[in-house]
Amino acid sequence: MNSVFVYCEIEDGQVAEVSQELMTKGRSLANELKCKLEAIVIGHQLEGVEEQIFPYGVDTVHVADDKRLFPYSTLPHTSIIVKLFEEQKPQIALMGASSIGRDLGPRVSSALHSGLTADCTSLVIGDHLDKKQDKNYENLLYQIRPAFGGNIIATIINPDCRPQMATVREGVMKKQVLDPKYKGKVVKLDVAKYVSDADFAVEIIERHMEKSKVNMKGAPIVVAGGYGMGSKENFQLLYDLAEVLGGEVGASRAAVDAGYVEHERQIGQTGVTVRPKLYIACGISGQIQHRAGMEESAQIIAINTDPEAPINAVADYVITGDVAEIIPKMIKYYKKNTK
Amino acid sequence: MKAYKIIVLAKQVPDTRNVGKDAMKADGTINRAALPAIFNPEDLNALEQALRIKDRFPGSTVTILTMGPGRAAEIIREGMFRGADGGILLTDRAFAGSDTLATSYAISRALKKVKDFDIVIAGRQAIDGDTAQVGPQVAEKLGLPQVTYVEEIQKIENGKVEMKRRLERGVETVSCPVPLVLTVNGSAPDCRARNAKLIMKYKHAKTVTELQNSNEDYLHLYNDRPYLNIPEWTVNDIEVDHAELGLSGSPTKVKKVENVVLQAKEAKVITSADSDIDDLMRELIESHTIG
Ligand SMILES: Cc1cc2nc3c(=O)[nH]c(=O)nc-3n(C[C@H](O)[C@H](O)[C@H](O)COP(=O)(O)OP(=O)(O)OC[C@H]3O[C@@H](n4cnc5c(N)ncnc54)[C@H](O)[C@@H]3O)c2cc1C
Ligand SMILES: Cc1cc2nc3c(=O)[nH]c(=O)nc-3n(C[C@H](O)[C@H](O)[C@H](O)COP(=O)(O)OP(=O)(O)OC[C@H]3O[C@@H](n4cnc5c(N)ncnc54)[C@H](O)[C@@H]3O)c2cc1C
Repeated sequence: MNSVFVYCEIEDGQVAEVSQELMTKGRSLANELKCKLEAIVIGHQLEGVEEQIFPYGVDTVHVADDKRLFPYSTLPHTSIIVKLFEEQKPQIALMGASSIGRDLGPRVSSALHSGLTADCTSLVIGDHLDKKQDKNYENLLYQIRPAFGGNIIATIINPDCRPQMATVREGVMKKQVLDPKYKGKVVKLDVAKYVSDADFAVEIIERHMEKSKVNMKGAPIVVAGGYGMGSKENFQLLYDLAEVLGGEVGASRAAVDAGYVEHERQIGQTGVTVRPKLYIACGISGQIQHRAGMEESAQIIAINTDPEAPINAVADYVITGDVAEIIPKMIKYYKKNTK
Repeated sequence: MKAYKIIVLAKQVPDTRNVGKDAMKADGTINRAALPAIFNPEDLNALEQALRIKDRFPGSTVTILTMGPGRAAEIIREGMFRGADGGILLTDRAFAGSDTLATSYAISRALKKVKDFDIVIAGRQAIDGDTAQVGPQVAEKLGLPQVTYVEEIQKIENGKVEMKRRLERGVETVSCPVPLVLTVNGSAPDCRARNAKLIMKYKHAKTVTELQNSNEDYLHLYNDRPYLNIPEWTVNDIEVDHAELGLSGSPTKVKKVENVVLQAKEAKVITSADSDIDDLMRELIESHTIG
């Protein structure tokens, strides 16, 4: 049976969070399909990178190591993957829906004439009966994704072309090490056979990457603010509450767009997905794109002046009122009750 | 100074950003009639980048290429009101049901027919399909390099375009030789407004089909002012393999679509009174949710 492949992104010598999540998902798909899980890593100075990859249950890791392959650029990475996939013929290929994956995935899928489903929120194996052709397809990948601004959820299949390719955002799948001692094999690719000089047409002149400082996905409590916080200064209330409760601060896109808070804190369809023990939504209306990133939280408190705010429909506790009044009270009574 | 031939890829989309109370029906499904058809927002950012090149390099031209139903000609006119020189409507029933691959195939074939272009500028992503795949796929089909997430075109010199890209965790400046395909991010500058003179000049611009369906009194105008004719191309005008178009050319199929229906949970309603907040915090501490 053909394999499931995961493209591993590398940041500062570390396999990206989203790739770890996809390997976890890839392993469970491979188990169900009774096939191997393989990974491909492309970059420079990758000695030992397999140690970060095998624990997720990867059977074979293909490594393309060359100084021209870092930082990422579209054409050489595409050439390597396209040729490797032509040789290996995976049945499924997964990539992060990151700046890299969403640049690379479509180019690879176009070259291979395979389908690509963007931003999947769920991937499951299932059968499909094509009534017109009276043909039954077994073990297809159901690629489930929101579209239409998040107002519909579509199940996409790719019956005839391989690989079945999908991108998934960071934080959507859960990551879990299968076995820290799992051992697979390493295949080093002869890079010169995969890339040509023409692949280096785009030159990177300058690059400034920031390490992510916030760890919202790991936070047990997320205190999120929306446009209803009213100002950057008022966001301080959220940092105060998050600090006493031991949580992180998140935000809606409207709050990010208004400049109240940095982009990496955005929660939702085009931000991160969080599943904390407690989510406190402050001055957030709860549009579908926002809810997509938080509605699996174990408990949700919504604080909003509007008793009809859509966020209330997913909340366990609805507090109708002004954030500026309520948040200080929450801090006060939390302190009082934990003394 | 060199002049550039620029093609802007633009899509007409339903305005999915403002799916408010009236846009959702009582059963939770989308009331498409309540969603106006608009110029895809990031395609306006793309248009602005194109117009800036035209400002800097006089003699450059900006042409909008859109694939869609007949009414998509609206966004070509919209683009002309803002400074584009013209547009091409690619329209045919054979394109119906296209996924991104079949869409890019058709668009790339239309670009092959245009032939003479230096820079193709697309938006990063359309707000209905939300895939961000068409730009890179058009580039691949034309065998051209691609630069995605562009926020600013900084300079064009010696046949190379230098631009700033906005990525998830930072920024990158890259240089790429023409011809190329680039996709523009929503964080790029907004598009300039419509220009009153251009509205006067182009308000009667029409495709053949629109002209046939109108009771235009001034038909002679369309002979005297060729810029009022918006070219309309069907599959017969481009060289294509029919098997690559529409549903049959689309590897991905939509198996099922569900509308998101919001179901209310049983929520505990609390006021801002001190006693209520006090009780809430105590309850959360007791249930070990916090503390
Ligand atoms: C519910 C649903 C889910 C879908 N999911 C997928 C999927 O996962 N994979 C897939 O391959 N297809 C999918 N499709 C099909 C896809 O939406 C269409 O192929 C669509 O024509 C192009 O994709 P997009 O809207 O995502 O555009 P994007 O790729 O997001 O558009 C990027 C840019 O390309 C240019 N562009 C796009 N379309 C046109 C056009 N018609 N004319 C001119 N320029 C254009 C614009 O500059 C635009 O900003 C889905 C469709 C539906 C209804
Ligand atoms: C393709 C696409 C992707 C998107 N992705 C995301 C995403 O990832 N994340 C995201 O969040 N959004 C996303 N959005 C945007 C989303 O549709 C909404 O516009 C956004 O979530 C609204 O943010 P908000 O709730 O903060 O602002 P608003 O909708 O303006 O709501 C503000 C709320 O604050 C309340 N309020 C006002 N004053 C007070 C006060 N003093 N005290 C208490 N309450 C008060 C108001 O009653 C209101 O409910 C996306 C949109 C699109 C089209």
